[in-house]
Amino acid sequence: MKKLLKSSFSKSIFTFAIAVLLMTIIRNPYHVGILIFLGMNLIITMGLSLLMGYAGQISLGQAAFFGLGAYTTGILTTKLGLPIITAFPLSILLTVSIAFLVGIPTLRLRGHYLAMATLGLGEIVHIVFNELLSLTGGPSGFGNIPLIKIFGIELDNDYKYFVFVWAIVAFILFLSLNIINSRMGRALKSIHREENTASTLGVNTSRLKLTIFVISAGFASMAGFLYAHYVTFLSPGTFSLRFSILLVTMVAVGGMENIWGAITGTVVLTLLPEYLRFFKDFDILIYGIILMSIMILRPEGLYGIKIPLKRLRNNS
Amino acid sequence: MLEVCNIDTFYGKIQALWGVSLRIDEAEIVALVGANGAGKTTLLNTISGLLCPASGSATFLDKRIDGLTPHYIAELGISHIPEGRRLFPVMSVRENLEMGAYTYHAWKRKEETLEEVYRVFPLLKEREGQLARTLSGGEQQMLAMGRGLMSRPRLCMFDEPSSGLAPRLVLEVFKVIKTLREQGITILLIEQNVKRTLEIADRAYVLENGRIVSEGKSSELLQNNHIKKAYLGL
Ligand SMILES: Nc1ncnc2c1ncn2[C@@H]1O[C@H](COP(=O)(O)OP(=O)(O)O)[C@@H](O)[C@H]1O
Ligand SMILES: [Mg+2]
Repeated sequence: MKKLLKSSFSKSIFTFAIAVLLMTIIRNPYHVGILIFLGMNLIITMGLSLLMGYAGQISLGQAAFFGLGAYTTGILTTKLGLPIITAFPLSILLTVSIAFLVGIPTLRLRGHYLAMATLGLGEIVHIVFNELLSLTGGPSGFGNIPLIKIFGIELDNDYKYFVFVWAIVAFILFLSLNIINSRMGRALKSIHREENTASTLGVNTSRLKLTIFVISAGFASMAGFLYAHYVTFLSPGTFSLRFSILLVTMVAVGGMENIWGAITGTVVLTLLPEYLRFFKDFDILIYGIILMSIMILRPEGLYGIKIPLKRLRNNS
Repeated sequence: MLEVCNIDTFYGKIQALWGVSLRIDEAEIVALVGANGAGKTTLLNTISGLLCPASGSATFLDKRIDGLTPHYIAELGISHIPEGRRLFPVMSVRENLEMGAYTYHAWKRKEETLEEVYRVFPLLKEREGQLARTLSGGEQQMLAMGRGLMSRPRLCMFDEPSSGLAPRLVLEVFKVIKTLREQGITILLIEQNVKRTLEIADRAYVLENGRIVSEGKSSELLQNNHIKKAYLGL
């Protein structure tokens, strides 16, 4: 069993199986819906984890890439009537190209220029969504985005969409684990704190950072595509700086040491607000307190925390 | 093999190297000695591309390398074993070594090179799976040297490999450097320990305040009055 879990393929299949099992247990459309959004968040934060934890760079533009993916496929399928199968690669391609253009000048420089550049990009994208009325419907958005049909099955309910989204989550996990275990992943791990040393060993550090940034934008765009064809309605509010910051927080809270940290953080911060609803008006306050406590008590992130129960059992 | 010509290097507005020239021939051990702050590390960083000289040139195997990026210079066959080891602390010994083989041509032969490096440093094989940060100082230096060899370099530049080591380990380091030369690797060795360094080097350069103040055969420098007084304490 342990050996099986070791390979990235079985880890991904395992994740998918757990998710589907969870779905069959839950059987409540509202909760299944939340887990669909969790899947989308995970797709974005896995990419962000590669960028933050491995390449040591912060992007405040993930919500914009998410939005670009969503709006592009939305506009292409509704306003231009393109089939989804054509809109999908185009939306990824557009997002990835924009990330490439932003990344080229900024990732040559050392330091947090990427955070600043993506912050700017996020604002620009937001303005475009708001002002390009004829295509985006402006602040009130636009709807009627078609549903995805796969092998003749229309994904018209939450259960079908859940399986589709989580299959993609598993695929993205598989991709990420393979990147991490490749020669490129090794190099990524090396540039985090020893960028100079890595470069004298032959690592083209700026190209590597650019590649990983573009990949992370591609993941976000993928999530945007899934979002558009699930919600079928888009408006700019979803794709704000607030969401970008939330995504960065998920990775930081979970832990940047490895991708499982990002996954932990995303699960916790996506589900936490749902549980806090119970506290009515105080939910934001409690959410903030929990976040602060985590960062103070466990700055390296939640992942890898030793559960005290185990120690108690050993002692007794 | 390596020809550095009239290099000036700055940190911002502060000039650290003043018209430095240096030559290394195939299969030589050349030493670069000088006090703390003389500019030895700066010169090494300039050669390996971490710093860009304001003027002057550097040529390696008939190719201009000044102004090139470090990863490109690494591909050409220069290995830089940096001051303070600069290991990847949360990678295992083996992973650190494999990082040393990152260059395009070295990656293809990394298994073979790994065997060779383990033959030079048998201790690293024993510690293969251990995290680099858990090694002792001497072991870390061995690992840094091993990693530097993984790229199958033509020229190895060691920046104070013996610093902070116990005398027995210092001897070990010097012994390894001699074996490397016997295997045909050219060596540029930076040390503060002038006497011992001059004993194994063929030729040497003395750097003071960013300028080369003397150069020549090691045996001659050992007899030089200024050097005797300033570095050998005689
Ligand atoms: N990053 C830096 N920024 C500014 N000055 C530096 C930097 N690194 C070294 N220097 C200065 O350059 C000079 C040469 O330093 P260095 O090359 O490290 O000497 P050495 O290796 O011979 O001890 C010193 O005066 C040092 O203070
Ligand atoms: Mg130095």
